[in-house]
Amino acid sequence: MDPLEQIKVTFFQECQELLADLEAGLMALEAGEADGDTINAVFRAVHSVKGGAGAFGMEDLVHFAHVFETTLDDTRAGRLVADDEVIKVMLRASDMLADHVAAAQGGPAVDMARSEALAGELAALGLTPSDAGPVIEELPGLDFTPLPAFVPGDEPVPDELGFTPMRASLDLPEMPPPAGWRVQLTPGAGMYAKANDVTPLLRELERLGPCLTTLDASALPDLAAMDAEGAYLSWTVDLAADCPREQVAEAFEFVDGDCTLTIEPMGPAPAADVFPTDLEALLAEARLPMAPSSEAEVQAVIDEVVPPIPVKVAPAAAAAATAASEAGAGPAAQATIRVDLERVDRLIDLVGELVINQAMLAQRVAEAGVTRSSNVAVGLDELEQLTREIQDSVMAIRAQPVKSVFQRIPRLVREIAASTGKQVRLVTEGEGTEVDKTVIERLSDPITHMIRNAIDHGLESPAQRRESGKPEEGTVKLVALHRSGRIVIEVSDDGAGINRPRVRQIAVDKGLIDPEAGLTDDEIDNLIFLPGFSTAATVSNISGRGVGMDVVRRSIQALGGRISITSVPGKGSTFTMSLPLTLAVLDGMVVTVGEQTLVTPLTAIIETLQPKAADVRTLGPSSRVIAVRDAYVPLVDVGAVLGWRREAPDPCDGVCLLVESEGGGRAALLVDAIQGQRQVVIKSLEANYQQVPGIAAATILGDGRVALILDVDAVIALRGRTAPPPPLALAS
Amino acid sequence: MSLTVLTVDDSKTMRDMLMLALRDAGFDVVQAVDGVHGLEVLDQSSPQVIITDINMPRMDGFGFIEGVRRDSRHRGVPILVLTTESDPGKKDRARQAGATGWIVKPFTPAKLVDAIRRVAA
Amino acid sequence: MIEAATNPSEPRRELVSFRAGDQEYCVDIMAVREIRGWTPSTTLPQSPPYVCGVINLRGAVLPIIDFNCRLGRESVTPSARHVIIVTHIGHRLVGLLVDAVSDILTVTDDAIQPTPDVACDTVRSFVRGILAIDGRMISLVALDRILPDLEAEAA
Repeated sequence: MDPLEQIKVTFFQECQELLADLEAGLMALEAGEADGDTINAVFRAVHSVKGGAGAFGMEDLVHFAHVFETTLDDTRAGRLVADDEVIKVMLRASDMLADHVAAAQGGPAVDMARSEALAGELAALGLTPSDAGPVIEELPGLDFTPLPAFVPGDEPVPDELGFTPMRASLDLPEMPPPAGWRVQLTPGAGMYAKANDVTPLLRELERLGPCLTTLDASALPDLAAMDAEGAYLSWTVDLAADCPREQVAEAFEFVDGDCTLTIEPMGPAPAADVFPTDLEALLAEARLPMAPSSEAEVQAVIDEVVPPIPVKVAPAAAAAATAASEAGAGPAAQATIRVDLERVDRLIDLVGELVINQAMLAQRVAEAGVTRSSNVAVGLDELEQLTREIQDSVMAIRAQPVKSVFQRIPRLVREIAASTGKQVRLVTEGEGTEVDKTVIERLSDPITHMIRNAIDHGLESPAQRRESGKPEEGTVKLVALHRSGRIVIEVSDDGAGINRPRVRQIAVDKGLIDPEAGLTDDEIDNLIFLPGFSTAATVSNISGRGVGMDVVRRSIQALGGRISITSVPGKGSTFTMSLPLTLAVLDGMVVTVGEQTLVTPLTAIIETLQPKAADVRTLGPSSRVIAVRDAYVPLVDVGAVLGWRREAPDPCDGVCLLVESEGGGRAALLVDAIQGQRQVVIKSLEANYQQVPGIAAATILGDGRVALILDVDAVIALRGRTAPPPPLALAS
Repeated sequence: MSLTVLTVDDSKTMRDMLMLALRDAGFDVVQAVDGVHGLEVLDQSSPQVIITDINMPRMDGFGFIEGVRRDSRHRGVPILVLTTESDPGKKDRARQAGATGWIVKPFTPAKLVDAIRRVAA
Repeated sequence: MIEAATNPSEPRRELVSFRAGDQEYCVDIMAVREIRGWTPSTTLPQSPPYVCGVINLRGAVLPIIDFNCRLGRESVTPSARHVIIVTHIGHRLVGLLVDAVSDILTVTDDAIQPTPDVACDTVRSFVRGILAIDGRMISLVALDRILPDLEAEAA
């Protein structure tokens, strides 16, 4: 890629981080949790966006960023107080800035009228610091032009040569162009203190034309009396060049003020006196010695900051080392490197294949009759251990905190709250919870829909809340945590909860349930997940964007996840979504059911049981339960649920897996035998086929055959539907 | 023998752009991400010219320049300040801190090299 | 290789023809990824009778469809005598269980006759045309509906 294009990519990546910092800082200010540096950090974020955008000529973005930056500058300087109203405008400005960045990246164009209006609001904030009047609302049709002081582009832009456009000097009489210029330069001590040096300046003049340089060293005292940092020399340069005075003056731009400088036009006759002097020697005395740098020193810096990476795999490590040395400029405290995601994915795929191969090898060795205590078997065990560790480490590389998903939510909440007229406060917890990249990218949509649902349907309007004695501002809580080897995301609201009679009635009206059916509260709550269900009497603009909770549930289930809802009328509702930590690997228990080999996720299994006849009881017409210590647990025949056999086998001939479902209930899954525990690589069924009820995914076992991975919750849920018909036919 | 330039800027984009322009012009480049880091790298690499941003976390450009000038080993190193602000107040403050010159953003590679030439021995 | 071209200058298509049950069919060669022998598949629960199961295709899970059964005829008992045609359907890979692969046909579009209207849904869903070659009737099939239709099954 063209290097400038690569930097543009970097810029947009950096913008994402900056915009996140900006939003976080503003929210901290809003919550009163800011510290002394917060406002500076906020300013810097916008400043940096503007700087980079300017380099790439992204004018609209620069223009808006500049207005925003000015307002922030006023705030950090104390000229503007950041009260609630001001911060609200700034939050909207940060959203608009993000929109401008997206547009610059090729995304949807920004509504410039809105942008200009918001810029006007920002500018107005600075103009009326202590005015208690209301912030100027966006008035359609009002063309608010910011004051010229805030608009960049008023400053004269130097051209390629750094030459500032000349302004006509009115007090110079018409004169013929001089044959050259005589420059007299007497540096002051301040000039050297700023490390300005005369040599480069003289060099600059030489580039304009031939120079005759004389040095006046008359003020130079004895070496003993000389102040090493003092200034005693004076130069006169006769420059024979037909150029404007400004061009000569420009060379001295940096030193102007620290020296005595005169630039006079030179007559056709050159100056007569020329004192050749050993310029170099005198300059060497006057100049302070500088530490020499060398290739070796620079290399030493790099080696110190970036310890050499042991090279095993050539191309990847070489590239990673380059990446590391580029990033080595970063502070050593947090050693990270940027790596191409493709490389990590490839690595993970290869490790997955390694796991499969290792399992196949182990199987063949076992089949060949090698004893467990032999060297080969022991070696294989070690190999399995090593492979497992490699896999864990590699998966950890790709694990990311859910923060990146959570970061988009505050803005989403602001927008939905605004368009539904509700007041919402967002609380988040656990944004550091880590999950594999394969799962993270799939979290965003379900979370978005759950949040939309919570605000749109869950929370009441401010007026309704007032009537119920609740604070007008509703709270939506977004939590991520690890539980039982899975990641759990909860979205809860303190709204009105599910209106059960209404939900039930809608389900009946739509023919989704039998009017006579007796449903528990939980069952009614979960009706909203049925296809074809929509609670909104008028499908509001947001939730009606084509997605019902049934689609949300299906997409979560396609990942091997579950979603459920609990609700307390008047108090609020909580959506709970759980997903596997990774879509790549699974610890499983391999079992046989009939002639089929299945894998049950180990995280779902509490223990295994060998049922005895006395432990098995019958409840009701045909349901069986099994005694587990002091409790009775439903017995689920996996073979029957999956439709592989009709006759219930004798539980005592088989093995029971005691499992816990997401809702907390327990069940005993009846299988024929346990073959062992294994870590398996998850293969998707949906990639080439589709979702299969009761099955989460597939894997390839050591014998090369496909084995299905059970979806424990689904198997338990399916039990009701596929139970064999009761002996008495009921009138339907 | 090529010059070593130390660039100090908290924006990776800006660091990358400076690196590109400076390398193309034949300079060697070392980088730092803020004032504190800049002083550390300065100790280790002894560049001939420093280019620094003003707005940075931990220690801003002014603090960095003052820190450089306080150290007798580095007093003579020219420091160019990168600024989007043509605010004369900022320039003055930079110069008071000890800045040698300035470069206004957005800069062209040519302007960058010009400025370096004007201050580098 | 059989060519059935009435107009030499018209663009040609290549089709793979195969036998399933007592009928002959063909599909666009562009849809065919590979042809392999039969391996035992892993049964999928609660699946339609024409879905034999899934097999391992170099690390990917490949569904196998009993082609004869899918087209409404009787299902077969898969064995080593059968052949699996691995096809692309959209972004999916699907294996078709058939009796044997016959030829590769090169035809021009006008060699394809319209499907006779026999008032049968299955025919309408799958057959896109008929080829008459050497006295054989070969049905040109389109595979986009070959997998179970999710919505229809859920109804």
